[in-house]
Amino acid sequence: MKTLRFAAQLALYAPLMAILAYFSTEPRFSVVAPDEALVRVSFIHATQRKQACRERTPEELAKLAPNMRAALDCPRERSPLLVEVELDGKLILRREVQPSGLRRDGNAVVYERMALPAGRHRIVARLRDRAEGDFNFTKDETVELAGGRTLIVDFNAAKGGFAFLI
Amino acid sequence: MRHLGALGFLLFWMLAGSGIYLYLRFDTSASGAYTSIGELEWWFGGVLRSVHRYAADAFVLVMILHLAREMWLGRFRGWRAFTWISGIPLVWLLYASGLIGYWLVWDTRSQFSFLATMEWMGVAARVGEAPDRLFSLFVFLHIGLPLALLAGMWVHVQRLGRPKTAPPRALMWGCAALLLVTAALRPAVSEPKWDPARAARDIAVDWFYQFIHPLMYATSPDFLWAVALGATALLLLMPYASKTSHLVVAQVDPANCNACGRCVADCPYQAVILSENKAMVFAERCAACGICAGACPSSTPFRSIERLVSGIELPDRTMQELRAKVQAALPCPEMVFCCEKNPLAGAIALRCLAMLPPAVVEYALRRGARKVRAVGCEGECAYRLGMQLCEERFAGRREPHLRATVSVQRNNNEYRFVLDR
Repeated sequence: MKTLRFAAQLALYAPLMAILAYFSTEPRFSVVAPDEALVRVSFIHATQRKQACRERTPEELAKLAPNMRAALDCPRERSPLLVEVELDGKLILRREVQPSGLRRDGNAVVYERMALPAGRHRIVARLRDRAEGDFNFTKDETVELAGGRTLIVDFNAAKGGFAFLI
Repeated sequence: MRHLGALGFLLFWMLAGSGIYLYLRFDTSASGAYTSIGELEWWFGGVLRSVHRYAADAFVLVMILHLAREMWLGRFRGWRAFTWISGIPLVWLLYASGLIGYWLVWDTRSQFSFLATMEWMGVAARVGEAPDRLFSLFVFLHIGLPLALLAGMWVHVQRLGRPKTAPPRALMWGCAALLLVTAALRPAVSEPKWDPARAARDIAVDWFYQFIHPLMYATSPDFLWAVALGATALLLLMPYASKTSHLVVAQVDPANCNACGRCVADCPYQAVILSENKAMVFAERCAACGICAGACPSSTPFRSIERLVSGIELPDRTMQELRAKVQAALPCPEMVFCCEKNPLAGAIALRCLAMLPPAVVEYALRRGARKVRAVGCEGECAYRLGMQLCEERFAGRREPHLRATVSVQRNNNEYRFVLDR
């Protein structure tokens, strides 16, 4: 009886072991095919204010409580962010991103992932972070992308704008 | 299968034990983590790492089976609603703990899982750098979330009397052996080191935890949110959507209650407490199993009063009725009591066999029954503790116990009693 119970336990444990061992690593998964590379547009940026700050008049200041008398009145809302990515002359991404927050005064978050064939590509990234006008940041570069590699399109206004990280 | 919950506790402690050693050897910086894991000696640290991995995977398996089984058996309604609802956040906590645990390895699988999770959360992640502060947050979360999970597991069993948080010894050793053998045959290894320029290709996905990433890539982050939140909402609403009418609740008769606390100790769902020196029943927790009536010392049919009233009993199954049924059947060669879940022809049916006070058995034997049989549920008791309490009461290990003048023999779910002459 004891042997039978032991055998029954073993019969139960063996498939459990197999399930644990197999599904903890297999089957393997790929986001891109072997002959593909990945472009990841990923950055956070605080855009310019939608309306410029203006100076308060002496009358307006007088109406405010003494501890609230800031000379400048700056509306909190920021402009939407417009981003475009062009690959070999073809537009592959155009997105307008609203700043986060209830008052739209937070960062604009951009995250896009695109697969493209491995090889040499001309990539142009453009960004507008103000309410009106043309793009105020642009980067144009030809890159060599091997299969299975990632190009990260990063943006940092303090460091001059776009950076293509391979 | 009925030990799945207890197995979950066991796996948690195995994870905690192996995790403490791994933490001692772990370099908690993004730059050093990968190397420190690689430097674990294979015969101890490596085995513990593999056990840690497989115990985490087994925990998911056990949790899903536990959830599916309780759902299948309809154990989410009425008095079980609290236990059911308090279990749902544990699914999220376990998944969060496990996913973040994988990020600590800082290999390409960590990278894949981290980026996929950030994409799911709608957060842009700078993958070019490995900031130590962020890594410290992962370490903190991988300790904090399991502690929250443990606290949640404690809450989860609060409405259960005598909760089983340890499986039987044979199962415990079997489970430990299973994990050790799996660890020895297929040791957990790291993937290549985190490389921001590498696209997610040929990733050794742990499908127990990371299945959500391929699902998201096959669909969209919004779809994954809809599935995760929808499933959570569905599980949380199940007790309310299928609410059954709860007509009967155990009632306390203060005149017959001497606050001995036996009903409090025996209630399988913590529905009875002592308040102001009397038993008090929480109606929403009461399963109407009658186990409390079986535990009450005033349930003895030997009392000479004309109308037998117990200190605590079910209004639709009073001890007076039970005594009357016994008296009506006497004298007889054999009297049979059974559980309603396992009805027998000619037997006196009880909500649960533990509703039968041992004094009733002796009463039947002394008043004209040559033998008494008591037959419980086949397999698992519908009210968790019924057979266990019967065993302890009939063996004299628990009050109210069967007096020594009655001999008892057990055969699976059946007891046979005769009077010693």
